[in-house]
Amino acid sequence: MKSFRFADKIFAVVLLGGVSATASAQMMINGAGATFPYPIYSKWFDEYAKVDPSVRFNYQSIGSGGGQKQILAQTVDFGASDGPMSDENLSKAPGKLLHIPTVAGADVVAYNLAGNPALKFDADTIAGIFLGQIKKWNDPKITALNSGVTLPDQEIVVVHRSDGSGTTYIWTDYLSKISPEWKTKVGTNTSVNWPTGIGGKGNEGVAGQIKQTPGALGYVELIYAIQNKMPYGEVKNSAGNFAKPSIESITAALAAADIPDDFRFSITNAPGPDAYPIAGATWLLVYEQQKDAAKGKKLVEFLKWAAKDGEKMAKDLQYAPLPESLQQRVLKRIEEIKI
Amino acid sequence: MNATTGPAIAAVEPQIARHAIAPPSRFGDKAFEWLTLAMALAVVVLVVLLGWELWGGSSLAIRKFGFHFLTTSTWDPVAEQFGALSFIYGTLISSLIALLIAVPLSIATAAYLTELAPLWIRQPLVSLIEMLAAIPSVILGLWGIFVMIPWLRDYPFPLLKRLFGWTPFFTGPIYGTSMLAGGIIIAIMILPIITSVSREILRSVPNLQREAAYALGATRWEATRIAVLSYAKKGLFGAVILGLGRALGETMAVTMVIGNTPQIAASLFKPGYTLASVIANEFTEATTDMYLQALFEIGLVLFGTTILANLLAQLLLQTMSTTSTTRAVQ
Repeated sequence: MKSFRFADKIFAVVLLGGVSATASAQMMINGAGATFPYPIYSKWFDEYAKVDPSVRFNYQSIGSGGGQKQILAQTVDFGASDGPMSDENLSKAPGKLLHIPTVAGADVVAYNLAGNPALKFDADTIAGIFLGQIKKWNDPKITALNSGVTLPDQEIVVVHRSDGSGTTYIWTDYLSKISPEWKTKVGTNTSVNWPTGIGGKGNEGVAGQIKQTPGALGYVELIYAIQNKMPYGEVKNSAGNFAKPSIESITAALAAADIPDDFRFSITNAPGPDAYPIAGATWLLVYEQQKDAAKGKKLVEFLKWAAKDGEKMAKDLQYAPLPESLQQRVLKRIEEIKI
Repeated sequence: MNATTGPAIAAVEPQIARHAIAPPSRFGDKAFEWLTLAMALAVVVLVVLLGWELWGGSSLAIRKFGFHFLTTSTWDPVAEQFGALSFIYGTLISSLIALLIAVPLSIATAAYLTELAPLWIRQPLVSLIEMLAAIPSVILGLWGIFVMIPWLRDYPFPLLKRLFGWTPFFTGPIYGTSMLAGGIIIAIMILPIITSVSREILRSVPNLQREAAYALGATRWEATRIAVLSYAKKGLFGAVILGLGRALGETMAVTMVIGNTPQIAASLFKPGYTLASVIANEFTEATTDMYLQALFEIGLVLFGTTILANLLAQLLLQTMSTTSTTRAVQ
């Protein structure tokens, strides 16, 4: 008897829920893609629900590859990717696809050494370590950069991401730019054929591996290193200065980088005295010509809001916002979307 | 009493007879037969469709790499050179390690639970083992990284190296993340299923068996070994096969502790990579067609490996049972 009453209650709740859902008749805009910006996107959708209650967003963080595939197949209203789409993939699109950069992040060189010394790295040392040529912590190339620190005669255990990720894309993009050997031997991609090291799954896997292995060195997202209080190094940028990874130094890289008109840019090894060299942006992918006028209008409204008001929330979530100049260019591009 | 029940039975009997002969019940039998046939066929159809889809999804890669896909071990998404050998190796070796650890443990546990354990301890133990099966894979993986790996690296691995360092299996630097760690985590994951199934099988061994053994003056160990374990051999083997099936496809926890390096190395301290892991790792971010197709083909290979392993096991089971019957006849 009791269970019956309980079932009745559930039934009533379901019924009420159904009624209220149909009563408000919200428009649903679907998106899918990158996992790296997921926290800020969900924050945006949450906040935007207060701005415009008539529209709701459903974002599936299935990965950049999935995001590109879904927007090409037009199964979603917008896609999201941590890397710009290749010419080959863009040519498969049924219409002109626009890249809308939203926020940026950075990869940091995290390590596990006794005493947590503050270390400095440059292009040569990072490439050497990841190519398997620099094997020990007291290698002359590393000690030359860190004169005040005594480094142990210990093996460097290289840790990299094993899952395909935007983080790896940024990392390998940087290595390809600074090391011709890396470019020909390994190249740039979301996952590559690593010359050395062990693979950890996800930021948490790499971070866990580094924390647990004395002498380990690897790359993780800046947000992740901050949240987990991991020591990470400064990296020499193309202007010759050592830059500490931070929201400011990422935005500096964005401001100094040469950004083409289609927004398919890379900000690794960017010029500028304060730029952190291992950074990258993330993009939303939308068609220039929207199929559904009503949805398209709402999507454009949201994109404008995100580029203006949304950007202000980036810092709180440890993402680097776009610099003012780029924001203006992005807004202009959003205006060009045809409904 | 007899006088009153007699006619009553006589009155009921023709009714039963009429019902049994009546055509509707035959139709019910037929319908039941068709229904079960349809269900059984649905499984077969599902397996065939799965194979078909995987084959279709990887046709480009199959055409490009052909048989080399199975015999080479380069995995380079940038140059689009793909070979699955190191993943096949990793899957088989990690599953083998898991079985070597889990099978004796599980069967011993099951034997203890059914034959030896005092009654009050049985239910709590069974519940604990079943709880082990309920731990999500990713949690087990995180536990693996943060607890198991450091412990393995500091204590059992150096010991293994000292004792067996002269064999090729325990050489080289110890990082913790390794093929052996992968095998151990799979062993933990397949332990509950092998134990539960084995326990059910041992429980279904008729008591007559045990009584007969005791009657012949067997000790408890002899009775368990001869009358129970030997009698249930076929069923226990089935339990192991179920465990193997799970081991081959285990993904999340393994990925977190195996090191994800596609290489074929004799040393179990070296990192490895499995078929299921590479799919889980790279599928979401694979953007080019060939890359995606190669991952589909990995799925096909895993599918094939599982079927092959099962077939081999069936074959083994058959030869095992024929030899035992001939021995019995002799």
